[in-house]
Formats: sequence, structure tokens, C-alpha cells
Amino acid sequence: MVRNLHALANPTRFLRLSGLLLPVIWLLALGLLGAGLYMSFFTAPPDYQQGETVRIMFIHVPAAWLSLFGYTLMAGASATALIFRHPLADVAAKSAAPVGAAFTFLALVTGALWGKPMWGTWWVWDARLTSVLILFFLYLGYMALWATIEEPVRAARAAAVLALVGFVNVPIIHYSVEWWNTLHQGASVLRLDGPAIHPSMLWPLLVMALGSTFFFLAVMLTRMQAEIYRRRVRQLQLARASAEAGAF
Amino acid sequence: MSAVLTLLRRELKLAARAGGGGGMAVAFFLIAVSIVPLGLGPDLNLLGRIAPGFLWVALLLSALLTLDRLFQADQEDGSLDLLMLAPLSLEVTVFIKALAHWLTTGLPLILAAPFLGLMLNLPENSILPLIIAMLVGSPALSLLGAVGAALTVAIRRGGLLISLLVLPLYVPTLIFGVSAVSNVLISSPGSNGQASLLLLGAVSLVALVVGPLGGAAALRANLR
Repeated sequence: MVRNLHALANPTRFLRLSGLLLPVIWLLALGLLGAGLYMSFFTAPPDYQQGETVRIMFIHVPAAWLSLFGYTLMAGASATALIFRHPLADVAAKSAAPVGAAFTFLALVTGALWGKPMWGTWWVWDARLTSVLILFFLYLGYMALWATIEEPVRAARAAAVLALVGFVNVPIIHYSVEWWNTLHQGASVLRLDGPAIHPSMLWPLLVMALGSTFFFLAVMLTRMQAEIYRRRVRQLQLARASAEAGAF
Repeated sequence: MSAVLTLLRRELKLAARAGGGGGMAVAFFLIAVSIVPLGLGPDLNLLGRIAPGFLWVALLLSALLTLDRLFQADQEDGSLDLLMLAPLSLEVTVFIKALAHWLTTGLPLILAAPFLGLMLNLPENSILPLIIAMLVGSPALSLLGAVGAALTVAIRRGGLLISLLVLPLYVPTLIFGVSAVSNVLISSPGSNGQASLLLLGAVSLVALVVGPLGGAAALRANLR
């Protein structure tokens, strides 16, 4: 396992492999999202209570899942970067952050759009909403730290420490907020006694979730490639600058 | 052990002689509290209801305002390098710095809180719970804050960034801290003050582990 990880540590090999995989992942993402959107808009029935607004859920729920998936991925990559000094892990963590933050934002916005007709207000200080909002702040802090520290190696270490400290705190924050106030409905898909929603709605939801996950991975891999190229450009610029300085 | 005490004494002396010690933090606390009635109106019932929450928020903010100098001052004059080279493990150093921060900002604020509580019409029977909750919960503010201070040690004007990094981590302390006090005021069903107090203590204990470890890792990352 560890050896396999290090086989991927060579950026050139990673670029070659991801270049081969990326078109497939993009195709899967767009195909699944297309099919999922068609199913959620046309084949899924309107809810007997919520009416057509229930269709917001097909975007909202995958976005909420991916907001947590993204942070977990980021923390895992950060741990790999700190422990194994894996050179691509911090690139992965850095690339996952904006994508995760975007999905968190999407979950908040679609939640507000759904809340207005259902609860009669755009925003309530409910436990789920608040903890997703705080997760969004954690993403923002992580990205801000990357943006302020100039040197990539130092920024990577500091950001990795922050991601791990945040990851330890995410469950604590979640349960404290739950204790504080809850109005949001409980989980209805991941339950011990099986999903509590009808298959006609479950299937579009699962297809959308899978499609969104592939979309997440596709954007993240693309960002990773861009980051590797950015670092190469930076190194070339530094090398040229020092060569020019040496000529004088 | 003597190294630990020496470091602690140094921190406290520096805080007392160069930074105004706890006095400045208490003055900030006082002025922040006096601003509230000006903004919300002098209705004593309203003030009494929000007093525990607001005192906690003010405690959070004054802890934050003093955090950015926690490691930065030492980094600028080079003593942080010496501290990192010293035989004392970096985790212990971070813990001592956080402890000194708590002694110079947390503790004076807690001692001032009852009087400010009276100004906000905090009922007398919830003053003792407030002090206990603050004593149990506020160490987490300094310990988690040390991580934020260590992460931003090399950044000029890191103050705003610290708030962005650290405030989300303060959420559990704030929630349990306020609920430990408010449950005395309004006994709401389904929750009780004692459980909040225990959870508040748990959050502080987690911070006791995460703070020094994370802070030391962040310092090593920043100053290699």
C-alpha cells in the first residue's frame, strides 16, 4: 500500500496516469449527472407534502454529502502529507479544498431556497444549517492560510496541521450544535433499518450522488494537474532568476 | 521542572511589564460590555436574558485579540528560535505559553465577569454558575488559540486570519458555556446545566491534547 502510494509520488507519472483517467472520469461525471438530472426532474414524482420543491433535494443532499466527503479527503491527504511526506498529497489537499467549499456553499444555498417555501424563511439557526455553515468557515480558513503563506512547502505543512485540527473538531462542533438546537429532519437514507424514502426518489438521488462524486474527483484531478504545472513554472522562474543573478 | 517554571515566570513578567498584563484585556471586556446596552436599549429584562451569551462572546473576542502576539513577539526578537532549540519539548513550551495567555487574559476576565454581569442585570443566582463555567471552559480558548497563533506566526497582520482559523473551533465552548449558565435562568426541557458543564470540561480536555500538539506541529512547519 505504502509502496503503491510512493509509485504515484512521481509527478510525471501522476500526470501521465491522471491524463489517461481524467477523460473517463469527466465522461462518467457528466453522463451520471445528466441522467440523474433527467430522473430528478422528469421521472421522480412530486412529494405529497412538499410538492415540486422536493426536487431541490436531489442537488442539496449530494452537495451536503460531498461537503463532508471533501473535508475528509482533505484531512486524509493532509495526514498522508505530514506522515509520509508524500509530495502529491499536499497538492491533493490543496486542490480538494475549493471544490469542497463550493459544494458546501451549494448545500447552503439550495437549503435556503428549499427553506423559504417549506419553513417560510431563508435561514433558521438550526443545528444542521449552523454546522454546515461552520464547516464552510473551516474551508475558508484553510484556503486563506494557503493563500497567505507564500512558500509552497511551508504553506503545505501549516495547512495540513490546520486541516487535521479542524478534522478532530468537526464531530465535536457537529454534536455541540445539535445539542444546541435542531429542527432539520433526521437522516433518511443512511439508517440501520434501511432507507426511509421511496425507490422512485431514492434512485435519482443515488445517481446524482454518484455523478456529483465523480464531478468532484474530476475537478480535483484537473486542479491537481494545474497545481503541478504551476509549481514547475515557479521553479523554472526561480532557476532563471538565480541564473540571471549569477551572471552579473 | 525548573525550566517550565522559568518559562512561565518569563511569560508572566513580559505580560505584566510590556503588555499591560490583564488590565488591557479587562478594559476591553468592560468597554465591549458597556457598548451592548447602548446598541440594544436599556431594557433590563432583555439584557438579563442575553447577559450570559454576551459575556461569553466578549470573553471569546478578548481572548482572540491578544492571540496574535503569542508567538509573533518571540519570533521577531529571535527568542522563539532559542525556545525551539531548548531541551524543553516544543509541546510543553506551547502549553506553557497557552497557560500564561490564560493566566493573563482568561483569569482576569473571569474575575471581572461577575461585576459586568451585574451591570447587564444577570440574575444573582446565575453568577456562580457563570464563573464555574468560564473557569472550566476558557482554557480551551487559549489552548486552541495557540494553534492559530502558531500557524500565523510568520504572517504580518495575522490577526484577522487567526479569527478566521480559530473562531469555528470555539463554537463548542461557546455553546456549552452559555447553556451551562442559561439553564439556570430558564430551565428548558431536554437539557440541563450539569451535563453542559461536563461537556464543557470534555471540550477543554480535548483542547488540552490538540492545542499543544497542533501548536508545536505548526511552529515546526513554519520555522524550519
